[in-house]
Amino acid sequence: MRNVSFSVVRGKTHALVGESGCGKSLTALAIMNLLPQSAIRCCERLSFDGQDLASTNERHMADIRGNKIAMIFQEPMTSLNPCYTIGNQMQEALLRHRRVTRKEALDRAVFLLEKVGITAAESRLKQYPHQLSGGLRQRVMIAMGLMCGPPLIIADEPTTALDVTIQAQILSLLKGLQQEFDMGMILITHDLGIVARVADRVSVMYCGQVVETGDVTQIFENPLHPYTQGLMDCIPIPGKTQRGEHLGSIPGIVPTPIGDMTGCTFRNRCPFVSKACAESDVALQEISAGRAYQCLLSPEVCAQNLRGGVAV
Amino acid sequence: MSDAVLQISDLNKTYMVSAGLFKGKRSLKAVNGVNLVLEKGSVLGLVGESGCGKSTVAKLILRLEGLTSGRISFDGQEMSSIPRKEVARRIQPVFQDPYASLNPRKPISSIISLPLRVHRVGDPKSWPHKVEEIMDIVGLPPRFRHSYPNQLSGGQRQRVAVARALIMRPEIVICDEPTSALDVSVQSQILNLLMDLRKDLGLTYIVISHDLAVVEHLASRVAVMYLGRIVEEAATEDLFKRPRHPYTQALLTSVLTPEPRLGLPDTHLGTTYPNPIDPPQGCTFHPRCPKATELCQATAPDPIVEAGRLVECHHPETLAD
Repeated sequence: MRNVSFSVVRGKTHALVGESGCGKSLTALAIMNLLPQSAIRCCERLSFDGQDLASTNERHMADIRGNKIAMIFQEPMTSLNPCYTIGNQMQEALLRHRRVTRKEALDRAVFLLEKVGITAAESRLKQYPHQLSGGLRQRVMIAMGLMCGPPLIIADEPTTALDVTIQAQILSLLKGLQQEFDMGMILITHDLGIVARVADRVSVMYCGQVVETGDVTQIFENPLHPYTQGLMDCIPIPGKTQRGEHLGSIPGIVPTPIGDMTGCTFRNRCPFVSKACAESDVALQEISAGRAYQCLLSPEVCAQNLRGGVAV
Repeated sequence: MSDAVLQISDLNKTYMVSAGLFKGKRSLKAVNGVNLVLEKGSVLGLVGESGCGKSTVAKLILRLEGLTSGRISFDGQEMSSIPRKEVARRIQPVFQDPYASLNPRKPISSIISLPLRVHRVGDPKSWPHKVEEIMDIVGLPPRFRHSYPNQLSGGQRQRVAVARALIMRPEIVICDEPTSALDVSVQSQILNLLMDLRKDLGLTYIVISHDLAVVEHLASRVAVMYLGRIVEEAATEDLFKRPRHPYTQALLTSVLTPEPRLGLPDTHLGTTYPNPIDPPQGCTFHPRCPKATELCQATAPDPIVEAGRLVECHHPETLAD
């Protein structure tokens, strides 16, 4: 992961989107300082609510984790502890971070379970994770993340394991709660449909780098980077793509980020590759406030490529 | 219909599940009276939420499970009268997760040629040639012959799974969530491959998926399943243009297309998918249905067949003129 920068405002959603292995989840872990031992974090600035997270010690970080920044993980079955009841796990964060009694923590848990649309909340608290369905578990995860009322929530593929009907419900639930509690949200996903419907701002990641960033309408209506354009072509849309016709595709596979990485990382899959792409690193160029992309081609040429269709 | 290659009528599968330590067993109707016709060269999409029985239907067709009652006839012959081995030769599956469905300890050539060895097709000396031929068809470079699955990417593994399914030149290929474990850019490669193969080899597909966009793209007919029953079945175009069953409508609205201005849809579906061990009385969909009436609670609707499409609802959307 290299040179990733973005910012999240309260009440807004910033989406990180990209294929598996592009560094979306590592970005989230880096913010939380939960990286595996073999990874080294170095950054110019990582500030949260005015505090510098890059230089805080582990103890202070533990105070922030779960308290100020909460995380919702992808697999509710593996991230909930099967040996403890839902209630026990929900109270844990609040008891750790706040001076509250068990009774108060319990009340807060019931309140939040009802907020996320779980009926008979009190009896649910005594149940174990395996007794709940996938959708319910994910709701419990969300409620658990909200226990301390965090200003920032990181949702790592919150609906990937769920059915489409439940996915829509969970997403509108998250969005509603975000408005209600005025939280910032970092949404990590590979599903462009979710990004389009939920996010305010988008960063497209490829091979550990942000290749394009902008407002959600800009990214979807006028994608500039060849990779973003390619991704948009890949998705079948009912009513828009011709049935049975070939979908656009990006040839090749994501390169491994091991070894020398000079030049544009997308060059061996890019239809507009030129000699210059391999020679030097490509900088993220900003074309207007909050809109940037990483390609040697000028924005005009990129926009033209889009209209001409991507030649494969 | 004369060119029906597979005909399923009133298919039932009941599992006996334990209801608790001392409570004995209860029956679970995974598939409950399913009728389907698969025409030669067509693509049938099977959609529904998890637990609705779509994979069970696939297993019954593959004869990986025995059916409780009903009939499956394959090419005019009763399925149960066809030897198990012959069924395996003529109907092949491609499974969801190419990380789990390939033996990690066998090289690619051995994985792909396994069906040839099992069925003792032709001269063993011709096998390597056949493997190379099929690898070329699915777009795998010959140098992968001696690689192991862990050296391949997800898309390449799924190509291996497709090659293994096709080496016996089956008549029907059942794709159970063929792309849901893959990235979008790889998904489109595999979808393109599946469509090319159908054209070139004249295959018939059954595509099982919860991704309606994928089904819309591949299938010529779509069947929507809910709690073991087919609640709506129609040609893809008709179904997507004018869904008649409220459940199909809800499914279609919950597809998130990449259109940023639309916002999130409201499906009006309650939260809970009912427990299939005790399904609701009457129409099984009524607790989640916005149109439910007393009639729906009391009696289950009969299938209505109109204009080449089937719907099972008391209050279906009217057909356009």
